[in-house]
Amino acid sequence: MQPLTLGKVAVRCGILAVVLFVVVVIALKFGAVPVSLYGLAKDLLGVLIGRSSEISSEYGMIIREIRLPRIALGIFVGASLSVAGTSFQALLRNPLADPYVLGVSFGASVGSILALITEPHLSLRPEIAAVFTPLGGFLGATLTIAVVYLLGRYHGEVDSKTLLLSGVIAGSFLSAIIMLFMTMLPSSNTRGMAYWLMGDLGTPTLPLLNWILRTGFFAGFALIYLTASDLNLLIAGEKEAMHLGVDVKKVQLVVYLAASVLTGLAVSVSGSIGYVGLIVPHVMRMIFGTDYRMLLPASAFGGAIAVVIADTAARTVAAPSELPVGAITAIAGAPLFIYLLRWRLA
Amino acid sequence: MSAVRDSVVERGAPDGSRMNADVRLSIEQVSYAYSPNPSQAPIFTLEATSFQVRAGEIVAILGPNASGKSTVLRLIAGALQPLSGRILLNGSETHSMEPRTRAQRIAMVQQESQLLFPARVWEFVLQGRHPHGKSLRFETENDVKIAKNALGQVGAHQLMDRWMDQISGGEKQRVILARALAQQPVLLLLDEPTLHLDIGAQVDFLHTLRKLTVANKYAVVIVTHELNLAGEYADQVVLMQKGKCLRVGTPASVYQRDLLEQVFQTQLTVEQRVNGRPRVNVLESSEETK
Repeated sequence: MQPLTLGKVAVRCGILAVVLFVVVVIALKFGAVPVSLYGLAKDLLGVLIGRSSEISSEYGMIIREIRLPRIALGIFVGASLSVAGTSFQALLRNPLADPYVLGVSFGASVGSILALITEPHLSLRPEIAAVFTPLGGFLGATLTIAVVYLLGRYHGEVDSKTLLLSGVIAGSFLSAIIMLFMTMLPSSNTRGMAYWLMGDLGTPTLPLLNWILRTGFFAGFALIYLTASDLNLLIAGEKEAMHLGVDVKKVQLVVYLAASVLTGLAVSVSGSIGYVGLIVPHVMRMIFGTDYRMLLPASAFGGAIAVVIADTAARTVAAPSELPVGAITAIAGAPLFIYLLRWRLA
Repeated sequence: MSAVRDSVVERGAPDGSRMNADVRLSIEQVSYAYSPNPSQAPIFTLEATSFQVRAGEIVAILGPNASGKSTVLRLIAGALQPLSGRILLNGSETHSMEPRTRAQRIAMVQQESQLLFPARVWEFVLQGRHPHGKSLRFETENDVKIAKNALGQVGAHQLMDRWMDQISGGEKQRVILARALAQQPVLLLLDEPTLHLDIGAQVDFLHTLRKLTVANKYAVVIVTHELNLAGEYADQVVLMQKGKCLRVGTPASVYQRDLLEQVFQTQLTVEQRVNGRPRVNVLESSEETK
């Protein structure tokens, strides 16, 4: 009997942080301009521990202005989607719940697009305009998950397979809506159909939006993490959780809203990157076990690592042209989904 | 002796408002109505029900299907709110307690939902410490001690490192009971705990429960179909039919042939055994007594 301790969680997160660092360095190296791996790692470490403030000037500009922002975006998008998936899995008692599979990402896309369409007509102040798209994403995510949940309920019970089916149908309906709305977007908008349907990290985001994404991630993660030990019980059933002292309604509401915020934010800056919330928690469960106090931070790091790797692959496998990052995650995620559906949910 | 017992003794503080200081749980004229749609007439009603449970006492709620047994149990657990009347545990209404406070005092043993992800037996029993933990609830040395102790008390110490989905039905019920003990409750509620057990495991389970109830001074309410096991192990029985509480008393006083025949709609005989416990023999095959 060796229960989880805060120390164990910290050590494992430390290891994952190191893995993430290595992955980031390698991802920075890939691209049109060759960069020395050793020099890069040395410079980055120097910046991280505050010994120097500059990355070597030969390639510093490319690293700073192009590759690093994209990787940073990938880190927060991946962590958000993965934590959202992990949370939805506990909330819906379904190991296959993922923002993309449940159609929630498409809902967030529709919300974001609607915000983009209406924004020019509202003459908002720039600060508010920047929040407008992620807000639309959040509302779209919140509404979609509520609808999918209600459709998936049958006689007061949530049936796993009905729920998944509702999510798939909602997703297909919402992607049709996305295509319809795309025709109404102002032509100045550079984000295309593939961005919203498959996800893409190549579109630069405004600094303010980046700041919102990061703050939103830490706030949402903190809220969900505070309920981690309640989620451990909730995943065993609402009745059991209630009898063990979990305030079921409150925990469900907090996690539902926080996970919708994470999904909405991620989608509004990167489109619908699929399966991250499915693959990462599954792999993390195999490595670290099912305790949410470990699983949530592990999923955050794992999501960041997975999306950075996927995006690097998206940039390089078909170079000089680029794939949407969602294509890479779907190639890895769809077979895993089938495996889980056949052997775990049966 | 054990950590479980010590803290229960501490918490069993005297309660001035009671006539009998030993009364832990008091169900006072409790009624309830259930309707799926608020505008429609209720499809199930529970008529005013009253009984009391003392420390160290097992009370069994008996009755045919749909008699309201489980509703009474859920009302006691605070999961449902009574339409009228009140349910007091050491003087506080169970429904208005905070979920955490409630789980520190009341433990429920029920048929578990299928586990979504595999868990070890010790992890499962440690869940019982959840209502006692701090905000993030990482378990302490003391929690581990209490969980181990609870497993020992139900005689399942050797199962500690097994997986929950790889132990037998009888072992599983013991582990679920151990989790309830780890909550260090004053009131133990059990919903058909022997439902899927073979006869040997049933007797084993109830024997253990009996022993622990006396040793730890739990107040115990158990819902069951098993007339003879209830007759053997309960101090009091509550006989219910169609949402009505018909009788409350010792098994010997409640187990009357005419009454049981009418309630369970089957022919049977009742004999009083030398230990003062009644024994029911069913003359035709029936659902109620297997």
